Amino acid sequence: MSFIKNIGKTVRDNIRDYGMFLALFAIMIFFTITTKGVFISPRNISNLINQTGCIAVLAVGMTLVIVIRHIDLSVGFLAGFMGAIAAIAMVSWHFPVWVVIPMVLILGILAGLLIAFLVAKMGIPSFVASLAGWLIYRGALLLVTLKTGTIIIPNATYNAIGNGYIPDLPGVGILPGVHKLTLLLGILAVVIFIIGDVRDREKKKAYGFEVSTMDIFIMKIVFTAALIMAVTWVMAGYNGLSWTFVIVLAVTFVYHFITTQTVLGRYIYAVGGNPEAAELSGIDVKKITYIVFGSMGMLAALSGILYSSRLQSATTIAGQLFEMDAIAAAYVGGVSAGGGVGRVTGSIIGALVMMSLTNGMNLMGIDISSQYIVKGVVLVLAVVFDVATRNRGK
Amino acid sequence: MNNTILEMQHITKEFPGVRALDDVCFSVIEKEIHCLVGENGAGKSTLMKILSGVYPYGDYEGEIIFNGLEQKYSTISDSKKAGIAIIYQELALVPELTVYENIFLGHEIMNGLVIDWNETIKKATQMLKKVGLDVNPTVKVKELGLGKQQLIEIAKALSMDVRLLILDEPTSALNESDSENLMNLLRDLKKHGVTSVLISHKLKEVIEIADRVTVLRDGKTICTLDAHKDEVKENVLIKHMVGREINNVYPKRDATVVDEKVFEVKHWNAYDPAIGREILKDINLNVRKGEIVSLAGLMGSGRTELALSLFGNPRKYHVNGEMYVNGKHVHLKHPEQAIKSGLAYVTEDRKGNGLILIQDVKQNITLANLRAIAERGIVNRNEEVVASNEYRNTLNIKTPSIEQKVLNLSGGNQQKVSVAKWLFVQPKVLILDEPTRGIDVGAKYEIYTIMNRLVEQGMSIIMISSELPEILGMSDRIYVVSFGRITGELSAKEATQEKIMKLATD
Repeated sequence: MSFIKNIGKTVRDNIRDYGMFLALFAIMIFFTITTKGVFISPRNISNLINQTGCIAVLAVGMTLVIVIRHIDLSVGFLAGFMGAIAAIAMVSWHFPVWVVIPMVLILGILAGLLIAFLVAKMGIPSFVASLAGWLIYRGALLLVTLKTGTIIIPNATYNAIGNGYIPDLPGVGILPGVHKLTLLLGILAVVIFIIGDVRDREKKKAYGFEVSTMDIFIMKIVFTAALIMAVTWVMAGYNGLSWTFVIVLAVTFVYHFITTQTVLGRYIYAVGGNPEAAELSGIDVKKITYIVFGSMGMLAALSGILYSSRLQSATTIAGQLFEMDAIAAAYVGGVSAGGGVGRVTGSIIGALVMMSLTNGMNLMGIDISSQYIVKGVVLVLAVVFDVATRNRGK
Repeated sequence: MNNTILEMQHITKEFPGVRALDDVCFSVIEKEIHCLVGENGAGKSTLMKILSGVYPYGDYEGEIIFNGLEQKYSTISDSKKAGIAIIYQELALVPELTVYENIFLGHEIMNGLVIDWNETIKKATQMLKKVGLDVNPTVKVKELGLGKQQLIEIAKALSMDVRLLILDEPTSALNESDSENLMNLLRDLKKHGVTSVLISHKLKEVIEIADRVTVLRDGKTICTLDAHKDEVKENVLIKHMVGREINNVYPKRDATVVDEKVFEVKHWNAYDPAIGREILKDINLNVRKGEIVSLAGLMGSGRTELALSLFGNPRKYHVNGEMYVNGKHVHLKHPEQAIKSGLAYVTEDRKGNGLILIQDVKQNITLANLRAIAERGIVNRNEEVVASNEYRNTLNIKTPSIEQKVLNLSGGNQQKVSVAKWLFVQPKVLILDEPTRGIDVGAKYEIYTIMNRLVEQGMSIIMISSELPEILGMSDRIYVVSFGRITGELSAKEATQEKIMKLATD
């Protein structure tokens, strides 16, 4: 009985954290039923994740930008422009892929730092500074694609980023039709997760802190392990992990770690929570602004790489409205416009929610006009839920 | 002959936990200049807010009779209509609008559906003449100095057929000649039948101009003096203003001051480019080991600005002068460097720039010295819990857990979190800006006890306070600040409330 109570309490205390997760779950079930299972098919899920990639990485960066009370409207066309630069570098300048990718990422960082300079040093509102960026990058994108129109990217390695899958282990006859490396990585992830959690619990015990009861602890581990394995199984059933998925996972992991575990992460949230208090606490608010916009620029470049490689070309309108999708994903994921509140993982879920809606409604054959309306309503509902649960409890 | 224009009777106003006004009676006779004086927190502003309708009828007890009729204002515009105009310390002009637009803002001269600008400019010119201000009504307000802006506020009030003009510390930001102009204008207006109430900390000015003076203290009317009958002198007023008994609310301490200067500032000047004014002039002060030194003075005298300019100068004033921490000459360009050199600053406004309200107790406590519990940039969150719990216990912070958001704590406990945060940086010199503002007596006592314990351990404290009893009760030495200058230094023995008040109003 107390076990049930414990679960109830855990869920209630964390309704805000799990709310979007549950919503995503509900949306997926809904589409699975309405599409007679097509939605949940490994092929579609794999496709869905690849579609989400370029928005998801933007949403991660945008989360931090909104946390420090700014906005960056330029990232959509910056992504498009960076994709075009990558294409030109490979097609016209014949740069090798392993030069192009770091080069484009660095250019992205520079573009982010430029906005940070306008915001932090010149005191221009980020809305205006990044709106100027939006115009400039849009023009720049049109300019570089002026003569050629869409630039086809012939490089197979580059195109694998958005379309390819990680290689499989040599088949030895067991589990035919299942991607074995993916399965192995999934099992590895579960093991690492369990070891990490057990260690954390032991450390807390060593400090003499209260830890969750054993049954809750085990239930949490079983639940998470089951979730990881379920996703792994679905992936392994098709072509295995896509490179896009690996990249998004890596970005999420790194940013989640930085925001939750490091001094830098704390400083970012402190600046968002109260910039003046942060400054008086010895935090260099300008430096944080540079870091956050710099990271945003880098992720915009990454988004551009993902998108252009997925389309195997750089188009004249690449990245259009990406910034709005990223902002929407961040808000759906629980970021607060007031600053100082919002999680990277939340925004990833937000991106998945929005992309699931698009994907699911496409499968159902719903017209694009209705799709926009539905997504608008979901955005509002998510934020209403967020505001309503924010100051409850605790 | 003596017509009473305003009568406020038995006004009582309570805020949660505090009785701001307690049975206050205040009356103003037609065509007089009536001054209202009292310490910070005595209730002057609250009384004026009741009169102007900021606190609507029903929010307070007692009655207001103006022009022989009982008034029940529910908004500011009600009192304006009745002919009461208040001019606050922070001017309510729109800097980007022109002088004439500002004067008639809110009561524009209409010609059908549109504003009659020609008539507006004509009338505005007349109003400016009335207040003796020679400016072109078509210039923007932001281009004028503070003194002139003040006169425009008055012109605005006159344009509304004001019968009672209330000025809340109008001269605190003005220089001598602007103040003199303003006083002359009030005398002039009096001749033309305008009654004024003047709230001021400058007692010399009060004595010079007042027909009558009412003294408030701790939310009560102490007395009303008539300049034509009674003796209105500075020392008489000060005695009435501060004449409360000091209860034994200050714990004893056994700290011995070591004659070793831990902190010293020489010839410190600061200029604030944002307001275009010199805010600190030739400040010299020092603090010894184990000593509590107070900066006394009135609000707006420049004490907080001084603290900020010393603490890494986050507001980017233009400063010059020398600063020594532990005998070492330091140049602090950012609060980060100030913290590293051994300073800590508990801000006056804990909600505004002290704490991060949406974060929890432990995150607030560790923020200013996060690296102490981090290894290679990764925060050890277990150490954080240990450290925060330690401060929670030693400072007796009342919170259900250190995971509680600071937002949900009481003022006194928020203040303790603020103090804990700065103790966590283990400073040599702790600057406390109004450490007991807005907290109850019990919490105050605890803060005082903590201060004593810290100096006993060899820390030095600079306390900024507007409460004279607190300054007298806690300090070893007192510097009095007035208009950005240090006007006096007093030892604990020689200091009295009267002496401090005299220096503070100098």
